[in-house]
Amino acid sequence: MRSAIILAGMVLCALLLTAPVLADNYAITGGTAYTHGGRGKVERATVLISDGKIVSVIPDGKVPDGYERIDARGKWITVGFMVSATSLGLGEIGISADINDARSEKAKHTLGLDPADGYNPDSTLIPVTRIEGVTRASVNLTGGKDMWLGQGMVVNLGRGTDTIDRHRAYIGLDISEHGARTGGGSRPAMWDAIRAKFDAADPRTGRSQRKKGAEPDADVEALRGLFTHKAFLLVVANRTSDIRKVMALKQRYGFDVIVAGGAEAWRVADDLARARIPVVLNPLQNLPRSFDELGATGANAARLARAGVKVAFLAPDTHNARLLPQSAGNAVAMGMRWTDAVDAISVNPAEIFGIADHYGTLEKGMDADVVIWNGDPLEVMTSPDAVFVKGQAIPMRSRQTALRDRYETLTRSPQYRRLQ
Amino acid sequence: MLPEGHMLQFAWPWAWGKKGETLSMMTTAKRNHRLSSGLAVVAASLAIAACQPGEKQGRYVSINRDPFPSTYTPLPGKLTLIRNVTLLDGRGGKIADASLLMKDGKIQAFGKNVPAPDGALVIEGKGRWLTPGIIDVHSHLGVYPSPAVKSTSDGNEVGEPVTPDVWAEHSVWPQDAGFTRAMAGGVTSLEILPGSANLFGGRSVVLKNVPGRSVQDMKFPGAPYGLKMACGENPKRVYGGGRNNTSHRPSTNMGDVAGYRQAWADAQAYQRAWDKYDRDFKAGKDVLPPRRDLKMDTLAAVLRGDIRVQMHCYRADQMAVMMDVMKEFHYRIAAFHHAVEAYKIADKLRKNGICSAMWADWWGFKMEAYDGIRENIAFVHKAGACAIVHSDDPFGIQRLNQEAAKALADGRRAGLDISRADAWKWLSINPARALGIEARTGSIEVGKDADVVLWSGDPFSVYTKADMTFVDGAVVWDRHDRTHQPVADFELGQVGEGDVK
Repeated sequence: MRSAIILAGMVLCALLLTAPVLADNYAITGGTAYTHGGRGKVERATVLISDGKIVSVIPDGKVPDGYERIDARGKWITVGFMVSATSLGLGEIGISADINDARSEKAKHTLGLDPADGYNPDSTLIPVTRIEGVTRASVNLTGGKDMWLGQGMVVNLGRGTDTIDRHRAYIGLDISEHGARTGGGSRPAMWDAIRAKFDAADPRTGRSQRKKGAEPDADVEALRGLFTHKAFLLVVANRTSDIRKVMALKQRYGFDVIVAGGAEAWRVADDLARARIPVVLNPLQNLPRSFDELGATGANAARLARAGVKVAFLAPDTHNARLLPQSAGNAVAMGMRWTDAVDAISVNPAEIFGIADHYGTLEKGMDADVVIWNGDPLEVMTSPDAVFVKGQAIPMRSRQTALRDRYETLTRSPQYRRLQ
Repeated sequence: MLPEGHMLQFAWPWAWGKKGETLSMMTTAKRNHRLSSGLAVVAASLAIAACQPGEKQGRYVSINRDPFPSTYTPLPGKLTLIRNVTLLDGRGGKIADASLLMKDGKIQAFGKNVPAPDGALVIEGKGRWLTPGIIDVHSHLGVYPSPAVKSTSDGNEVGEPVTPDVWAEHSVWPQDAGFTRAMAGGVTSLEILPGSANLFGGRSVVLKNVPGRSVQDMKFPGAPYGLKMACGENPKRVYGGGRNNTSHRPSTNMGDVAGYRQAWADAQAYQRAWDKYDRDFKAGKDVLPPRRDLKMDTLAAVLRGDIRVQMHCYRADQMAVMMDVMKEFHYRIAAFHHAVEAYKIADKLRKNGICSAMWADWWGFKMEAYDGIRENIAFVHKAGACAIVHSDDPFGIQRLNQEAAKALADGRRAGLDISRADAWKWLSINPARALGIEARTGSIEVGKDADVVLWSGDPFSVYTKADMTFVDGAVVWDRHDRTHQPVADFELGQVGEGDVK
């Protein structure tokens, strides 16, 4: 029977692989849907997907003609999750293997570096990640030369050609100990360089006006987006005093900022809430790994959310981006409300990274990133049964599942295809 | 799947009683006898007159095998009964509505009906689960502690690729807050290893996870030492191209293997020299002992079977080569660590009686980890080989139960029938066997160390926390009692001191 299931799976995979990449009409019926992050619970939901978009989510809704019906009784249905600040698509391995396109050590300029120049949607990390229910990601460099992390972008992990969702969405800046070491050798030296850049681009000072005939300054061009609110500043900061500097930046220059890392953000939770500064954090960070993170606690996310700060989650690292729901589950174990934790991997990052107009909920007209889970999506023993990105059914296959299938039964030479 | 005592009783037909190299090991029993006497230099009778009349002998010299002895003592414990729990015994058994009695640091009784003795502290466990403590065979706590600053980077003796003379315990900083976080994750014993920069990274040390002022206060009494070895690209990266070592070696996988083999051959020669010294002294000759070589001390102890090889190895083909090196030099590999491709050779691992210590799903961070699959642990288990869940990480060690849960779920999705009780073996008895401490801990059995964890619920759930962690019957961690939540020296007077972690 098991081989029959595998065979059926293979046929389905073959169909999906050979079918043209077109969005179809799907009706997911009978499951429990959460339409707004962890909220908007709809039991016995009929989720209609057409033309890549959500049509409706209605309890016991009728299935119109022309829709492929998918039985989801006993299942949980959520939006595909979004992971923050990864380097997905910027390298397969990195260490002693392919080039790591997230690095900047030898760059001439760093501030305006564009990850789209290195982005490879064929990376095997993308299928590995999306079949686990993570369908969107923000992508930025990890830097290396100085404190600037280039310009971040947002991608969808679908199979289409339009995988870059929002280009030049943000500028990354690392003002932690790490950024200070590479960006001047100390915090004062780094801040001197940072302020010089911002002041040069600040339209209010007039210093940003280019002299006639002069070469355009790539950094100033990139920074201009901040002042016109077309982009925001993502600032890596962990120590409380550094997080206060981020708040001061917002006050001084007026642009939108978000805190990333934020190990001690809980200590200024009320101030962050008042200043409407979101925090993107790793809920598992509870160790004093550096002198910037002495106040790290697993309760960080819970405390920030309760204070009204918009929170989104980092995964442990890019290869482990798929472990995002586990991180969210651990935030719940440390006191965060389940609804807040699901928000932190769906509607919140959608809003923070500026794609909430088309992704993040299961409302009518939104991109149909939909996942059918075999249980509570934050539980470690749960996994997706089906994943849709922009309305396309994703084959539940990756390089890893291919290896699994090859070695399920050990033979002398598994490299030969087994004939059924 | 593994028979009880598998690691201990495993027959090693090539290791003993053969001609040639193994002759040098025949004196093992005598040497062990000397070890138990615990003396560095044994004064022997000045003249064994019967053998060499007239020749005056010097003192007999033997090597102290335990120069840094454990000073561990259990924390104060109480006679404690935990009742009405779901109990996993760590050997594949599960008992509903069970009770467990701890007395004098040992498991006194467990099962359906265990009455509370007079004066016993009774902990009501309704809705909660009780398991053997988690044993992590791969940790760098203390040698790569928090904070991870240059000054505390003490895990790799980079400089030359063969450093079996260094001992991890000489780097362990007991004030690493990671130890206390691991207590909150239900870890009761752990092996601290040197890093993987070197072919031979040095000796490991097995600890009970209790606070201590020195590493000796934490040392698991009687636990054998391990020897960290590393396959593949790490030693190549550290030395290849002439970095760190002017000899430029190793820079290839074949260079790695040549490095292991030459070192083992040197160790055989060293052992022969000591054996000859033994024979000559006993024959009454006035002989000088061989010059001591700290590297060879460790390697010879492996050849004698006193020290267990813990081998960092990712790729299936590399592990297969190491199994032959093991046979060539008649030693044992206790476990391959990381073993990301163990699933490709699970049958060979079973046949050779070698454990695989694995992550549930880490992959891809280096070329050797590129073929990681989520079913690795479950497939090794399916083949009847010894599967272990390990962390190699100060965050991973805090939730090894979740790693086992993921591996279990992945195995079930691949059609394997694995119970929670079976999966807990990956966290307790199997790692205990790999470390050689299975007679003392790793399962719930009467007479064993009372190293147990009371979980707030099903430990295969992300929402479950360790409510209480017991080591030798004493509470080392209590989630609801701040007085039993240790704070490391480093955390005192700092932001976040004593906070919920």
